[in-house]
Amino acid sequence: MTAATAPTGSLARGVPLSTRLTGFWSVFRLAARRDRILVPASVLGLVLFSVGSAQATLALYPTDAAASSGLATVITNPSIVAMYGPVPAQTADAFAVLKTVMLGAFLTSVLALVVVRRHTRTEEDEGRLELLGSGVVGRWAPLTAATALAAAAVVLAAVLSGAGLAALGMDQAGSASFAVAWLTAGLATVGVSAVVVQLASTTRGAAGLGFGFLGAMYALRAMADSADPGTVTHALGWLSPLGWAGRVEAYGADRQWVLLLGVIALLGGLAVALAVLDRRDLGAGVIPARSGPRRAGRLLAGPGSLVVRQARGTIVGWGVGMVLGGVLVGSLLGAVGQMASDPGIRDVLESLGGTIGTLEDVYVATEIHFVAAAVAAAGIALVLRLVGAERSGLGEVVLATPTGRTRWFAAHVGLPVVLSAVLMALLGAVVGLVGPTVTPDAPGFDPSLAATVAALPAVWLVIGVAALLAGALPRFAPLTWGVLLVTFVVAEVGPLADLPGWLLDLSPFSHLSPLPAGAFEPLPAVVMTLVAAVLCGAGALAYRRRDVA
Amino acid sequence: MTDAITVSGLRKTFGRTVALDGLDLAVREGEVHGFLGPNGAGKSTTIRVLLGLLRADAGTATVLGRDPWRDATDLHRLLAYVPGDVVLWPSLSGGETIDLLGRLRGGVDEARRRRLVERFELDETKKGKAYSKGNRQKVALVAALASDVPLLVLDEPTAGLDPLMEEVFQSELTALRDDGRTVLLSSHILSEVERACDRVSIVRAGRIVDSGSLAELRHLTRTRVRAVLARPVDPATARAWPGVHDVTVDGAEVRCSVEADHLGALVADLGGRGVTGLTVQPPTLEELFLARYQGTDADTAEREAQPA
Repeated sequence: MTAATAPTGSLARGVPLSTRLTGFWSVFRLAARRDRILVPASVLGLVLFSVGSAQATLALYPTDAAASSGLATVITNPSIVAMYGPVPAQTADAFAVLKTVMLGAFLTSVLALVVVRRHTRTEEDEGRLELLGSGVVGRWAPLTAATALAAAAVVLAAVLSGAGLAALGMDQAGSASFAVAWLTAGLATVGVSAVVVQLASTTRGAAGLGFGFLGAMYALRAMADSADPGTVTHALGWLSPLGWAGRVEAYGADRQWVLLLGVIALLGGLAVALAVLDRRDLGAGVIPARSGPRRAGRLLAGPGSLVVRQARGTIVGWGVGMVLGGVLVGSLLGAVGQMASDPGIRDVLESLGGTIGTLEDVYVATEIHFVAAAVAAAGIALVLRLVGAERSGLGEVVLATPTGRTRWFAAHVGLPVVLSAVLMALLGAVVGLVGPTVTPDAPGFDPSLAATVAALPAVWLVIGVAALLAGALPRFAPLTWGVLLVTFVVAEVGPLADLPGWLLDLSPFSHLSPLPAGAFEPLPAVVMTLVAAVLCGAGALAYRRRDVA
Repeated sequence: MTDAITVSGLRKTFGRTVALDGLDLAVREGEVHGFLGPNGAGKSTTIRVLLGLLRADAGTATVLGRDPWRDATDLHRLLAYVPGDVVLWPSLSGGETIDLLGRLRGGVDEARRRRLVERFELDETKKGKAYSKGNRQKVALVAALASDVPLLVLDEPTAGLDPLMEEVFQSELTALRDDGRTVLLSSHILSEVERACDRVSIVRAGRIVDSGSLAELRHLTRTRVRAVLARPVDPATARAWPGVHDVTVDGAEVRCSVEADHLGALVADLGGRGVTGLTVQPPTLEELFLARYQGTDADTAEREAQPA
């Protein structure tokens, strides 16, 4: 028997496809069952985002003429293009999806990454895949099932959004192209995620690689899209899956063939991932786990330093991100200034976010809102580590030492509160330093710093919600993600969509002062900060009173 | 001797599941107390109440004179805990984890830490994620054993250890007892408890079904006797011996079990029949345990322990 003499590793390569995929449907059903809330809710949110935003914009700019006057100079403005991607045509339809094509493609990609990671590296990291893999389950089944589920989520979000836009009476081919834009980015990210979860050997490492990739791709296409067509820099945009989404040019050129790139990236990524999977051990990655020091440094001595140490990568990553983001925002201020003082542009910018001041100010204010939401998301993730520690059993280990519950809770909530302040201040400082070197009209150091710091109360309020839920009802703490998404979308889209005032008032992001141009309104800031403090305090009290484990 | 841990009438329910149903427990100061029971009997729940992680629905618990729920922080200065399912921080090395836990508890004995790392043959440089179950257990054990506290709470501490390391653990446990420290050792590994513990409590479905020293518990259970006789006994006579059960006679050989109080009389009777071979086997902890689990009758335990 030749098979008996071959080493077992090479034996695996001769295994037929059907055997490698044994159990695919069982694993797929298990994954779908576990995501029965996450996937439908995310898809629904994305569809509401695209269709709701389009409907609101169409109400404001119903005709091509109205849209074209608004869009006339936007098309040439690199800062808008950097944010939202190329503007395909001066029509009402194109204007209606200006905000959602790129942002939605990004969010769809995030969903794809989250779903793939959840059912692959996370399962492996926590030892559940070992249990599953010892059953009658082919080696390829878990990865292919996760990939299939993520692809299905992407297809649903994209196709339903496209159908919804067509149902609004928008151009049929354009609506199909819109779906193609999201599909292309989403499917490509599914492929990339499949590789990423093979490379990193931990859940957190996979998240770092994956989100880092998406951030880099967004930055790459922002740079490429704001360059002149025909230049090498502009051509670089074809290297980014998010660049592809913009270059479909829905409601303009309608390049639906771009979808091929997404499908190729998906299949190519999956092929690479499966090849790596066949060559690695369960639990291992390509990037090996390093060994650590024999003794702990003097700083690692209490709950606070432990929490900070665990978040080291997050802290450094966000710090670097803020500096890079600040440089990007600051350097684009020059382009904003080159625009004519056309009242049409003002309308557009105001509808996109800000309200008062020079174009530079409005632009900075808009960017700050986005960054504040992102920083709040980082804050939620840090607070949720309290719940994660409780679930894994690490909380029990610490709480069985003289570390009191209040200190343990405070360490997890205090870090995001402080970190968010540092990050926002960092952004403001960098924008304030870089902007004035590009154009004298840019807000200076002090106004920029004040503007970013003034957004903190909204960030803290979101962190407070996470703290309350983590303290009182840990099972429901992940709902904070939904709270952030809804409040942010309400504040961004709400004024356009004629949402009722009380709904707008519920969103902390509606109450931010329109800095750097307008006046700082202390009352909402103070009230939001106090509410945030009360939420954190209530969370701490509840945490002292309940069972831990 | 005073009690280090006193528990009475402890109740804890999770939804409709009753985890503890009026549990009583007394652990004396300076003893190694075995806390025996199968999975799901309520051992870990009891320990979590004793650590102040869970709040009891009813009943009282006192640990080192303190209320574990109210004075948790204060109490935790005096104890070290090894959880049943040891998880470590994935990004911290074993050495860092030991130092961190030691510092959280207020310091470790450096010399003892070094000695324990050596004895358990622990590679301190590996990251938490890279350790096997047994090695994770060793990290937690070294951290707990190296700290200078009067009470150790160990929840199935040897579950992942190999026999050599179990031996090391046993000798460390003896050292702890000689040192006058109190240990609550939860386990379902009976040999471990049998060797190390002064007293045991057996928990079943959230209640203590028996508690005492091994000698006391043994007294309630029958001793097994196997004798080869020069003048065989006939089965009817043998069955009539007072306090003797489960008699089988197979030619010259007779096997039976006998209540502790009647052992002397039985041995005397056997002596009169010319004993050519004799084994007397006190009940193992397995038998004690099974006896309390399978019903009130030790017969059941015997059938379980030695299926025909």
